[in-house]
Amino acid sequence: MNAPVNPKKLIKGGLHDWEVVIGMEIHAQVTSRSKLFSGASTAFGAEPNDNVSLVDAAMPGMLPVINTECVAQAVRTGLGLKAKINLRSVFDRKNYFYPDLPQGYQISQYKDPIVGEGEVLVDLPDGESITVGIERLHLEQDAGKSLHDQAPNQSFVDLNRSGVALMEIVSRPDLRSSEEAKAYVTKLRTILRYLGTCDGDMEKGNLRADVNVSVRKPGDPLGTRCEIKNVNSIRFIGQAIETEARRQIAIIEDGGTISQETRLFDPGKGETRSMRSKEEAHDYRYFPDPDLLPLEFDQAYVDGLAAGLPELPDAKKARFVADFGLSAYDAGVLVAERASADFYEAVAKGRDGKVAANWVINELFGRLNKEGLGIDQSPVSADQLGSIIDLIGEGTISGKIAKDLFEIVWTEGGDPRAVVEIRGMKQVTDTGAIETAVDEIIAKNPDKVAQAKEKPTLLGWFVGQTMKATGGKANPAAVNALLKAKLGIE
Amino acid sequence: MSELNELTLAEARDGLKAKRFSARELTQVHIAAVEKARALNAFILETPERALAQAEVSDRKIAAGEARPLEGLPLGIKDLFCTHGVTTTAGSKILEGFEPHYESAVTANLWRDGAVMLGKLNLDEFAMGSSNETSAYGNVVSPWRRTGSDAQIVPGGSSGGSAAAVAAHLCLGATATDTGGSIRQPAAFTGTVGIKPTYGRCSRWGTVAFASSLDQAGPIARTVRDCAVLLASMAGPDARDTTCVDLPVPDFEAAVSRGVKGLTIGIPKEYRVDGMPAEIQKLWDQGAAWLKDAGATIKEISLPNTQYALPAYYIVAPAEASSNLARYDGVRYGLRVPANDIVGLYENTRAAGFGREVKRRIMIGTYVLSAGYYDAYYVRAQKIRTLIKRDFEAAYAEGVDAILTPATPSAAFGIGEKASADPVEMYLNDVFTVTVNMAGLPGIAVPAGLDSQGLPLGLQLIGRPFDEETLFAVAQTIEDAAGRTALPKPWWA
Repeated sequence: MNAPVNPKKLIKGGLHDWEVVIGMEIHAQVTSRSKLFSGASTAFGAEPNDNVSLVDAAMPGMLPVINTECVAQAVRTGLGLKAKINLRSVFDRKNYFYPDLPQGYQISQYKDPIVGEGEVLVDLPDGESITVGIERLHLEQDAGKSLHDQAPNQSFVDLNRSGVALMEIVSRPDLRSSEEAKAYVTKLRTILRYLGTCDGDMEKGNLRADVNVSVRKPGDPLGTRCEIKNVNSIRFIGQAIETEARRQIAIIEDGGTISQETRLFDPGKGETRSMRSKEEAHDYRYFPDPDLLPLEFDQAYVDGLAAGLPELPDAKKARFVADFGLSAYDAGVLVAERASADFYEAVAKGRDGKVAANWVINELFGRLNKEGLGIDQSPVSADQLGSIIDLIGEGTISGKIAKDLFEIVWTEGGDPRAVVEIRGMKQVTDTGAIETAVDEIIAKNPDKVAQAKEKPTLLGWFVGQTMKATGGKANPAAVNALLKAKLGIE
Repeated sequence: MSELNELTLAEARDGLKAKRFSARELTQVHIAAVEKARALNAFILETPERALAQAEVSDRKIAAGEARPLEGLPLGIKDLFCTHGVTTTAGSKILEGFEPHYESAVTANLWRDGAVMLGKLNLDEFAMGSSNETSAYGNVVSPWRRTGSDAQIVPGGSSGGSAAAVAAHLCLGATATDTGGSIRQPAAFTGTVGIKPTYGRCSRWGTVAFASSLDQAGPIARTVRDCAVLLASMAGPDARDTTCVDLPVPDFEAAVSRGVKGLTIGIPKEYRVDGMPAEIQKLWDQGAAWLKDAGATIKEISLPNTQYALPAYYIVAPAEASSNLARYDGVRYGLRVPANDIVGLYENTRAAGFGREVKRRIMIGTYVLSAGYYDAYYVRAQKIRTLIKRDFEAAYAEGVDAILTPATPSAAFGIGEKASADPVEMYLNDVFTVTVNMAGLPGIAVPAGLDSQGLPLGLQLIGRPFDEETLFAVAQTIEDAAGRTALPKPWWA
């Protein structure tokens, strides 16, 4: 918190510059087949109230039973955040009335969460890295959904989500700009997806953020914060922070004070508005849930889960830099998604890592982005791309032809080597054939030959003509060498 | 020949096995007794057709030589146990007409073992009460009366319907639940036997919750042996209740005849409370003398934190109740009183659906859990709970096998007698029983005599965790020494 202030991140005010301080609570839906305390399915998209057990509907006498897979997922996530795993944690009841909360309380973890302090390393677009502290991670039940648009004078309730496991991941107020906040959520999501503990799908609401924002004069103590609830896209997180920070600065510069409250971000209007003040805040009357014993496991259980963890993005990035000689930036791009990293590794295996990275990042990602496709939807497989790179490496095709080949494989598929054969795309390295073409061009253009002796840059014109004559298949190096010799250019 | 409903449960079981009568006959006698005893208001719902259908299955099983442990034995079920397709009210208007689509673990165990259901028994609303006067379905009247008086007497609570029905021979036994004394106090008030087993012995799955960390199911019956037989069926592991222990159920009936030779019985001096009637003290001394005569060693012990148990209980139990009862909101099932908005719906529904005592406890519970009060009340009450547990552990560590105390500070009182009193006076009924719930221990109430007005009095035995067997052995010794209590005259029939 007392890290040196980076002037680039300050917001210009009327009186002086302002520093924005941000902390986040991320609600990540645990990837599991059934809910946190019941056997009902967590499948998305079912008809309303199809995935509701007696426990989820809070029928009289029903009792929660912890889903051990959700516990394992929380521990894996804690390990991925380099956090302290608490071998004993406690489930509490958070009491409040709401129609989509059938029990009249949410089962959550209050004083004794399953995961304690950890950290996330976040790379920023300008190449700088920051470490964001994690205060805690706890398990809790999701609520159901109120449907207000089904009847004019009634609301309906869909309990499919009721009881689904969430991990609430609370960061320290270590973020200093909307860029940092966005980068943090992006990185956290990457880690969760690597771990397979949350799919990170914000459109489905499987990852939501509550954003705490305050502003201060650099060096001052923390200002009063406002919490912006339930922001559901990374872009909106950035917008909400910018909007809220400017609102607070305007109030303070006008001589006002910020009152602690919960606010909502309206992306349509580009504003945040008050939801409830501190005085209206619920008294949740937390107490340990007497239906559940404390959650206890031993270190061996944690070690077992740790042994089964996949390589995480930071480690993978470091390995890509070390083993493949990639730049930190390229490595960062490749590891942002586990599937991309896996794809790259498959391409790079036994090949030049840098060449592979160029092809994956520039050609493949470029094309995928243009078409709005994910890596798992790529029409070109790692094997196909690898073959293309091999064909260049062994001199069978030129880089230029390779791009054409990539295009053919993208649209039509097929084994690149076979395509090259069938379509006669092989590079001509037979100097005899090239020489014939070169001689012909020289014979036809005596004026250009004369000029070339004065102006060696005309060589390019001759190269172009030769390539044209050979259908682009001539080996460019061979063409160059021959032309230079015949034209007498050094 | 006496009526079949005068048999004990064990006698009826043996009679069925010997084919001296049929399950159908046994059930019909009980159905008739239930119908004649409506003045007691012990049943909220009678289920005679279901009882007869179950009895017929039992007769076929007996004929085929496949009798199960409780084959053909008619029981009453406290209306706190959810019964599939049979209205379950918890004694509250808010659950009026509620038909569960599931069967509680305890009752499912009983049906698995061949028992017959006569109906659902009355109780204090959500099991909150000590006289069965808080039920939304009217108070239960005890079959007992004071000598020479027609005044109606309470059966105790919250399992008042269970105790009254068993005492009046309307069923051979009944299920009950005990959060602070709700099995043992009504058993003591009606001259019946009731055991609250160790917390975790019976699954709570499908039983409407009052205070989750204290609630425990158990039987009320007319003899110690009958309780042992019933508990053996009711108890057992259940993965659906994580507080239910994974321990095999011992042969409780075998333990009944073990005797007390060589056992050490503790007499806690702190239970000699101020203003305890001489009759109660005398009964207690008598109980100790009986056990000594039967070969037990009597030892005075100290449970120094006893005095804090009742106040701590009345923090913990309402706190849990305030949260457990939040689900009765008019949204999904039970009573709904409409309003223009959701808050109005909650307010109208809960105002109309809950009775005074339930509202009082929700208010107390909400208060003690509130920010700023939580540490002063709830946290301290939990600390007291730990101290109470340690008191018992220390006594047992010194070689005490069971602890003998009075079950209640007085005999049953008249209906309405305490209606205008400070609610705390009613709460004082639980002074000897709540410590047991706070410590999660097993406790049994066994009849030991009548008071000067002819009303039953009971003694309580408190055991080690999961040592109900010793309680059955000691209680049987008292039952043998005291003799079976005379029946109340059937003035209601």
